[in-house]
Amino acid sequence: MKLTKAQYDEIAQFLGHVQPTRQSLRKLKERFPSQSQSTLLSIFSQEYQKQIKRTHAKHHTAEAVETYYQRYLNGVMKNAAAPVLLELANEVDFAPSLMARIVLERFLQEKEQAIPSKTLINSMLRDPSQIPDGVLANQVYQCTVNDCCYGPLVDCIKHAIGHEHEVLLREMLLEKNLSFIAEDQLRAKGYDKTPDFILEVPVAVEGHIIHWIESKASFGDESSHQAYLQDQFWSYWNRFGPGLVIYWYGFIEELDCHRERGILLKDCFPTDIVTLRHSMAQR
Amino acid sequence: MAAVLELLLREEVAVAAVVRWLLHGPGHRPAEENHIHEKLVSLSLLQKDFVPFLLNFLREQTSQILTNGPSTPAKTPNSKAHGSQRTGSERRAGHATSSRVQLFSQRTSVTTCTTDTSFSPAVASSSSSSFSGSSLSSPCGDFPSMVSSSSPSFGYSPLLNHGEKRSSQKASLGSFLTAMPEALPARRGRRKGSGSVSASGRPVARDLGHCLTEEEDGKSDSASWSGGRRKWSEVPPVSARSPPSQLNLNNLEEFPPMGAASGWTNKSKPSRRINPTPVSAERPLSKPKMCFTSTPVSQSPAARFSSGTSLEAFTAVQEGNLTSMISNSLQEEREMLKKERCKLQHQASSPAGISLDPGTPTKPSYTRSASLPPESHLVTCADLTKVSCKKQLECLAQLYSSCIAENLVPNIFLELFFVLQLLTSKGTSTAEDGDSDLEINERTKDASGKQHFRSVHNCVYFAVQVLDYQYEIISRLEKGLLKLLAENERIASFSPSLHRRLRQAYESSTAKVSLLLPCSVQSVSFQPETDNRSNFPSDRAFHIFKKQRDIFYELLREWEDNHEKTGWDFERVLGNKIRAMMAHLSATCNHSHFARLFQKQLIQMCKGPVGGGASSGDTPDQDVLNMLGSDNLSRLKRLQERFIVPQSIRGPCPPPSFPGCQQFFRDFILSAGSYQFNQHLMDSLCLKILELNGLTLVEHEHSDGEADMDEQDEKKRFTVVLLSLRLLAKFLGFLVFLPYRTVEQPTRDLQDSAVALRNQTLPVLDVLKLLRQSIQDHRSILTIPWIVEYLSLVDHIAPFLDYYRKIFCLLLQVYRLMVLSEDKEMSFLNKLLILAVLGWLFQVPSVPEELFFTTDVRQEGLMMDTVTSAQALDSVPLVDQQLLYTCCPYLGELRKLLASFVAGSGAKNGGFIRKITPTAAESLAPKASVTQRKLQVELEQAFFHNQPPSLRRTVEFVAERVGSNCVKHIKATLVAELVQRAEVMLQDKVKEEDANHDKLLEEVCAHLYEEGAQALIKGREFCKKKGPEAVRVLLPEETSAAVLSSAEDIAVDLATEKACGWLSANIAALIKREVKATFNRMLKVPGLALPSEDALELRRDCPAGCQHCAPFPSQIINEIKDVLCIAVGPRDEGEVIDYIWLECLLGRLSETLRCRKFMCPTSEQQLAKCTVELASLLVSDRVPLRLRVESPEKTSERLRVKNNPTCALLKLLLSVWKEDFGTPVPVQLIFSKKNIGYLAEVKQREWDLFLFMLHGLVEHELMRSSEIESCLRSLEELPWPSDFLKELEVLSRVFTSEHRVAEPRTNPCELTRQSLGTVAAQS
Repeated sequence: MKLTKAQYDEIAQFLGHVQPTRQSLRKLKERFPSQSQSTLLSIFSQEYQKQIKRTHAKHHTAEAVETYYQRYLNGVMKNAAAPVLLELANEVDFAPSLMARIVLERFLQEKEQAIPSKTLINSMLRDPSQIPDGVLANQVYQCTVNDCCYGPLVDCIKHAIGHEHEVLLREMLLEKNLSFIAEDQLRAKGYDKTPDFILEVPVAVEGHIIHWIESKASFGDESSHQAYLQDQFWSYWNRFGPGLVIYWYGFIEELDCHRERGILLKDCFPTDIVTLRHSMAQR
Repeated sequence: MAAVLELLLREEVAVAAVVRWLLHGPGHRPAEENHIHEKLVSLSLLQKDFVPFLLNFLREQTSQILTNGPSTPAKTPNSKAHGSQRTGSERRAGHATSSRVQLFSQRTSVTTCTTDTSFSPAVASSSSSSFSGSSLSSPCGDFPSMVSSSSPSFGYSPLLNHGEKRSSQKASLGSFLTAMPEALPARRGRRKGSGSVSASGRPVARDLGHCLTEEEDGKSDSASWSGGRRKWSEVPPVSARSPPSQLNLNNLEEFPPMGAASGWTNKSKPSRRINPTPVSAERPLSKPKMCFTSTPVSQSPAARFSSGTSLEAFTAVQEGNLTSMISNSLQEEREMLKKERCKLQHQASSPAGISLDPGTPTKPSYTRSASLPPESHLVTCADLTKVSCKKQLECLAQLYSSCIAENLVPNIFLELFFVLQLLTSKGTSTAEDGDSDLEINERTKDASGKQHFRSVHNCVYFAVQVLDYQYEIISRLEKGLLKLLAENERIASFSPSLHRRLRQAYESSTAKVSLLLPCSVQSVSFQPETDNRSNFPSDRAFHIFKKQRDIFYELLREWEDNHEKTGWDFERVLGNKIRAMMAHLSATCNHSHFARLFQKQLIQMCKGPVGGGASSGDTPDQDVLNMLGSDNLSRLKRLQERFIVPQSIRGPCPPPSFPGCQQFFRDFILSAGSYQFNQHLMDSLCLKILELNGLTLVEHEHSDGEADMDEQDEKKRFTVVLLSLRLLAKFLGFLVFLPYRTVEQPTRDLQDSAVALRNQTLPVLDVLKLLRQSIQDHRSILTIPWIVEYLSLVDHIAPFLDYYRKIFCLLLQVYRLMVLSEDKEMSFLNKLLILAVLGWLFQVPSVPEELFFTTDVRQEGLMMDTVTSAQALDSVPLVDQQLLYTCCPYLGELRKLLASFVAGSGAKNGGFIRKITPTAAESLAPKASVTQRKLQVELEQAFFHNQPPSLRRTVEFVAERVGSNCVKHIKATLVAELVQRAEVMLQDKVKEEDANHDKLLEEVCAHLYEEGAQALIKGREFCKKKGPEAVRVLLPEETSAAVLSSAEDIAVDLATEKACGWLSANIAALIKREVKATFNRMLKVPGLALPSEDALELRRDCPAGCQHCAPFPSQIINEIKDVLCIAVGPRDEGEVIDYIWLECLLGRLSETLRCRKFMCPTSEQQLAKCTVELASLLVSDRVPLRLRVESPEKTSERLRVKNNPTCALLKLLLSVWKEDFGTPVPVQLIFSKKNIGYLAEVKQREWDLFLFMLHGLVEHELMRSSEIESCLRSLEELPWPSDFLKELEVLSRVFTSEHRVAEPRTNPCELTRQSLGTVAAQS
């Protein structure tokens, strides 16, 4: 679904300081009933991430960490069953999963008398059962489950969505009889940058030649698109020529401005495909 | 010098004799042997100087008439504007600057990295200066312009000394004169002023003396000749040239009539602010000059000023000259200036004053008062009847043409340009009655000093004569030029026969040239063989190069977007980024990789004609293209060309430049300033040049005449290779000479030491060897054009190095020998290309001026094998007009000159102004298929982009061979058959009537042509059959099916296109030829494959008949996450989970897990984990289920109802775990401290559910009972509340005992209730 910049801005504005909980999501859906749920979620997630990036540092100062930890301790002392961490995160406008991480890190540091490794933390966040403290384990789990923008569960969902759309795209390519080389094959050949699919025989989409297709199971907003252009799309162009990006959850219309240059945006699998001499008789 | 001309003009010596004299160097053989005219024998030492003298003579002579060149004339004309008002010395200086400026609008000042490659501002300024005469507004007006334009100039004065030249300034053609074999001292001479010994003067004089004594008792000399001779011999050897005062006074060209005062005003641009003040005074100090053409001093001044317009002017001139003789200061010049200004103001007050013409009659009254009719501003109608001194003009034309034909002039196109300027010269109508002057002229004794070109009529007459002589060359030029010439009414009226021939040439010409081929920017594709990790020493190097590649394209894109914007500066914007990039490359020694990328991208973007005019502005808008389709595309292109290709005339010898995208690459190199990079790039360029230069481009013997298909292919290939070579060579030259580049010509001393130093170094690429080799192998048509590009970028010193001197010498030799004619050795256009590029090279600013005329062309090294092998490229007609003009876009100046004449000639020639007919809407609708076709072509190009280059080569090779074979096949079968039938038919008919054979032949052939159409069908079949076979055999076995089939298709199509294209164009001719041949003999002797199914990708096994319409894993995870959320809390008031919904979710989970299509390991693992969590929460009654059947009855009843559904859910989960998961489910997580903790938190513990779960696990073989037991045991060791611990222990015991004895047959639910009872009882 393509959104105009104005439409997008309206949504983004609404998202201002909304907490990343299912309750917020519900409100968002009520507010913008015409937009698809996944699009809204994707925009929400991206906007929230932007906000977190802005404020990330202030939650990581030594003082902040200490404050949060003490508040957590006090909280669970009073009532271990209460959603202490979650509420704390919401109160200070921080992602619950990230709050859980801060507190867990602090907790382990105190327990082990050493800064715990990232791997350990990640593993504990993924499986809170490994957390030695039962109460903290519960609190952390509550945070990760309730967070709809961060956390291992969300990461996994995003990954799954990405994968599924790649599969979908692959299916569509097969259905259209377009032969391609997939990313893993390309990697095996030693390509340094690899789009999802390189068409072995290029096609023309809406009159533009494309050599590769990248599937993005997210909404294409300005900042993410810029980042993708920089890290991926131009790099693909530099190596393989023009290509197509499918933002399955839509994008801001105005971003589709590099068509002439060789980067085409779509929010679905294109229908107007011309293949190389499908019928020789015409020539 | 003048003597020779004198002899000629007086018809004492024939033109042929002079030419012979010119062609045979001195001292080769006795004169008689070469049949050199005796009168010329004595002058043999002057041979070398004669051609430049002649050229300058012509320019001097015509200088006045060419006041109005086309709007921005490239060379000669403008300067005449001042010239006509000034004394010879000044004029010469003026020429020296302005004309040279026009020729080479500006020296490439490469050191300052300007983004302006075309130097148009310089062009503009220089041309405007010639209009405005700004150089005249100050007494030393020449200086500023000379300094500002460090470019060389093309002089006019035959004996121009370097007096006023700055070292930075390039000497002129005229200065070649002074530059004798040991000519370099000429530069010193300049400082010494007029009386100084001209370096060249000495030997001339000395040798002259010899000659003269020998000839002392010769026969009668003509008066003028003897006069001239005497004068020469009288002159002491030290100052061979007579002092200026003696000479200039007598010379009409040196001393043009003052009435020409306003020659510049004839310009079509009326609004010039600055009115130049002509100064007529000698400046002996600053500008010594001597002129062999000058008439003796003794002549009456009246004669000299016969054509002067005003008495004032006359006296002024006279005074000026006299004073200059006495005083050497500039003071009098200033005085002169004042006077002239004053006069001008006078004149300006009357309208007539500004429209005076060089040829204005003497009568002052006329010039003063006549108000001219408006037509006078129009072009003079050249009239054949008004031509004077025809004989002499014819003579000169013949001589001049011979010089051109014998390659004695440094640049034939420069001369042609000059001739066209004469043809298009615009005198005003007032010039028409110049008879009185002519009469006076006739009286002039010195024929060579006479003004032969004083009227437009004479100029046009001369020009038409020369064009007639040069018809051969002209007729080979592009069609547009021919059209303009054919339409030129001056030619039509002066020489109907030439007009007719031009018309014919135009009509039969196929030489349409387009200089604008849109090319789109493409990237260099990533090729694993050269680009993957194994090509790099370390991961880091690989990774860094990955980044550098992206940065490079980023820079390129930025440049593309912005470089045309005003104020955008390459160095300022990109400089630091580029240097940062270089630093990274240095750190990882990746230069070679980058150099390769750079070089490939360079070729990709710039191999097009206009340097790859792919700057965004040049590429036509895609939508427009789509709309128009490819038919109209060419029209659009032409239209666009008119708008885009600069119409301004830059002259036929622009300095080397980096047009279009080349600019980016040049500026990149400059900004990078990286020694390593440059070195690697040079290596890369050299390698590629050697590779391309060595390519075998012609593989078979050529048939005579008729262009075969293979020849067309070869031509195409040759073009591509040649253009690439030229591009690469230009950049190589740029890099090689970059370190030595100076803005100004270095001083002599510096030069000597630099030469001494640099003579010790070896060249990066042995160009000399390659050149020699190419000449030997008859491949110079490929090699010389790129060597010229390479050499065009030489610095000022390089040409003086021994090595490069040899190269230039050799090139000069080639040039001289390459007399234009069609012969076996080399085709006409091949020669023309070589001549054009060499001619251009000789005019390049940094190529020393004395080179052309002074280099002794020894017959060294020009050893050509007479055996012409198949390799002998030179003999193959490879060059066509398109290639010629692509390589030498400046040839287009000829056409522009004519076009601007047409445009400027106004209503009188109204018919000539062609309107641009819109190509509009005629057929936009049915063009869909055209668009499609265009898209197909693009797709085809795109297809090859990411494939290894060998694929393309293979396909093209196959296409070429199959196409060619196809034609051969058709010839052998169909045509042969037709010919047989024709034979039969002819035999019958010949017997019948002995009538007209030709007609008979026509008739029979006409019959066969229809059947000839069969050829196309058969050809198509042939290609379709053979193409795929060949492709399949030649491509690697591993090529994927899709690629293979596309390659086959393309090969088939290309082959078909080639074969059918050729057949449809030539089948008739072929049949005719064959039939004719047979007939003659008779008379003499009475008697794709379909795209194959792509191998379906192997899938993990979905159940048979799976429609893959299960919910996505992500969806299920998300939904389970929501359940977990509610279960874990916090919940909203009254938030529950619908039981049915949850049950359904688990059902969908099962479906999702069964369809493997969209599943990935992470999703599956997450699902496993989540469901275990869900089970734990269910077991501990944390999930607020809402049941549909709400029965608020007894507690026991509620309990039962409540238990059942949870059990059902758990059962579902158990079966999903067992049946549907592909990965192991971490069921042991149920026993984690956290999950058991949920149970511990519950007030009323539901141990029955837990026990049910445990049994289920065992039953479904998800865990063994022993495992569970050990889990339970380890749980007991954790610090639980005491009551919970107690219950746990009981549970553990119950489980253990039950599983030791329990029959698996027992209904688990009942069992649960049993055990529940036990637990409850025991706690």
